[in-house]
Amino acid sequence: MPEQARTPRIEPRDGGPDMVQLVTPEGERVSDERFDPIVDGLTQEDIQGFYRDMVLVRRIDNEATALQRQGELGLWAPCLGQEAAQVGSGRALRPQDFAFPTYREHGVAWCRGVDPLNLLGMFRGVHNGGWNPFEKNFNLYTIIIGAQTLHATGYAMGVQRDHAVGTGEPDRDTAVIAYFGDGASAQGDVGEAFVFAGVNNAPVVFFCQNNQWAISEPNERQMRVPIYQRAKGYGFPGTRVDGNDVLATYAVTKAALDDARDGQGPALIEAFTYRMGAHTTSDDPTKYRVSAEVEVWKLRDPIARLRTLLARSYGVGQVFFDACDAEADTVGADLRERCLALPDPSPLSMFDHVYVDDHPVMTAERERLEDYLGSFEGAHAS
Amino acid sequence: MSTLTLAKALNSGLRAAMEADPKVLLMGEDIGKLGGVFRITEGLQKDFGEDRVIDTPLAEAGIVATAIGMALRGYKPVVEIQFDGFVYPAFDHIVSQVAKLHARSLGNVTLPMVIRIPVGGGIGAVEHHSESNEAYFAHTAGLRVVACSNPDDAHWMIQQAIAHPDPILFYEPKRRYWDKGEVGAAPSRDLFSANVIRPGTDVTVLAYGPMVRSCLQAAQAAEEEGQSLEVIDLRSLTPLDTDAIFASVRKTGRCVVVHEAATFLGMGAELAAQIQQECFYSLEAPVLRVGGYNVPYPPSRIEEEFLPDLDRVLDAVDRVLAH
Repeated sequence: MPEQARTPRIEPRDGGPDMVQLVTPEGERVSDERFDPIVDGLTQEDIQGFYRDMVLVRRIDNEATALQRQGELGLWAPCLGQEAAQVGSGRALRPQDFAFPTYREHGVAWCRGVDPLNLLGMFRGVHNGGWNPFEKNFNLYTIIIGAQTLHATGYAMGVQRDHAVGTGEPDRDTAVIAYFGDGASAQGDVGEAFVFAGVNNAPVVFFCQNNQWAISEPNERQMRVPIYQRAKGYGFPGTRVDGNDVLATYAVTKAALDDARDGQGPALIEAFTYRMGAHTTSDDPTKYRVSAEVEVWKLRDPIARLRTLLARSYGVGQVFFDACDAEADTVGADLRERCLALPDPSPLSMFDHVYVDDHPVMTAERERLEDYLGSFEGAHAS
Repeated sequence: MSTLTLAKALNSGLRAAMEADPKVLLMGEDIGKLGGVFRITEGLQKDFGEDRVIDTPLAEAGIVATAIGMALRGYKPVVEIQFDGFVYPAFDHIVSQVAKLHARSLGNVTLPMVIRIPVGGGIGAVEHHSESNEAYFAHTAGLRVVACSNPDDAHWMIQQAIAHPDPILFYEPKRRYWDKGEVGAAPSRDLFSANVIRPGTDVTVLAYGPMVRSCLQAAQAAEEEGQSLEVIDLRSLTPLDTDAIFASVRKTGRCVVVHEAATFLGMGAELAAQIQQECFYSLEAPVLRVGGYNVPYPPSRIEEEFLPDLDRVLDAVDRVLAH
């Protein structure tokens, strides 16, 4: 039997030669035969829009982290450092497409037009994900790791049955995007999603933000083979893109979504990025990673590199950048104010929407709690 | 009215549901050309096509979770789990996602899906093919759990479950698949109503699924001894038709609960607790449970000693009557 090579254990410190990059960390535009035409389709206004998105998303994210530190949120999962991966992919979606997020896709939520107050409400504990997913085609956050990749696949199978794939009608053909992380790539659900999507040729793009850390566990504890290479085993293309390069992420995602809408089936994208902050506000990354690594990634910052590109290659001046910062201040202050004003839900609301139709246990227990709470009324007066 | 096996009654019920609503589709392992290992879906793929009767990869989490996605897109998936013991890979999606999405979305998302599970033992099967796991799901808020026991209920309850807006676990008594019975021209009652299947005056016997037939046999035998058993087919495990249950126990003053599942924290425990709370002054004897022992499902050569049968039901009846 011929000996087969074992893949050496990976030591992922940069994206390697397969990684698609269109803008270097220094802000230089790199040409790419396949993806240049997609970037050429963008106006300067579009690219400035990406910059504005990233600045605002970072501000929303930082505001939420601050609110958690002040005790106003129970928890927050920061997306600091992942703005390009989220804005680039989020802006590649069309209105009829459907996104299935994890619990960290604040930038994608922004691109879909979901009010960030909804996200904060969940982490504040006033609801468990209380927005209408069908309003912006953005599903509820999913905390169980990887579960949403299968929901996305099933949704895409529904799209196929609605004949909303490959018709050539730009407003009809629909793609689905499933977000997940490097940690989730170890979950069986993700493997099953790849199988179901593959055999059904479903119009779903699996978008993995490899932010290098699954809480405290680095890539080498999660995988032997780089994630994007895994697609081959399931029969669809896998691409690694520089997830800190918003133009590259946009172009790679748009190509995959276009293919999916066209009926060519699923794709896997690995956005190579970095979680600059903690996993959540309960985490302390200084216990497991060295600051030198964080310093390296600071130099790859997604916002700084686009700013350099805009200034150098597009002649964008200080006025625009200042306006973005000023808008971020307004958005942040407004969000803070609205977060603090969020009312607690009524205790009796826990019985709402457990079932669509009446259920006698809900009726009985609601009455019991109502009576119990009512028994305290006026107690302080006596 | 026609006479059908329980399996055929399910098949005709599924067919009727698919004819009534083009959004209804079936998903499961081997349910297409083969018609499922119990042939419940026989002929349906041929008539409704591969898009509506979907042979899925062999992965239960994937089946249930893609069904969630289908439901989010507006479909009404009916999932077949091949055997009771194979549902556990999908447990996470059933309890963490299916049960909760309606509440999490503040009512914006509905998941009108049905998960069919052939349940129970008594067929000489190998391990993992004979389990009774209804209590896990009945314990989970957001789910409804029903169990059919005869062809008429099989035919109509599956249609009622599919038409219902909440997610429903639908248990099918696999050792009764080949029992024959009359199927009426209309549903006999609401999906969540119990059925006083044999009226009596001395002891209330509560059962569901495969144990209903055993309890009816026990009632027949008891009658010859001069004991009058009232057998109630619960049909729905959540919600429970407590009005029917309490009315019967208040009348008889005695109650025996029978199921194949282990008694510890099983449906009988919940029923006994509720009955003692609501019928305390009517009770002449403690509520007794007859069920499987609290062990892993045993090898099939000794399953007859594990499963409740006519004699064990009558033994419990004698004990409550001795008070």
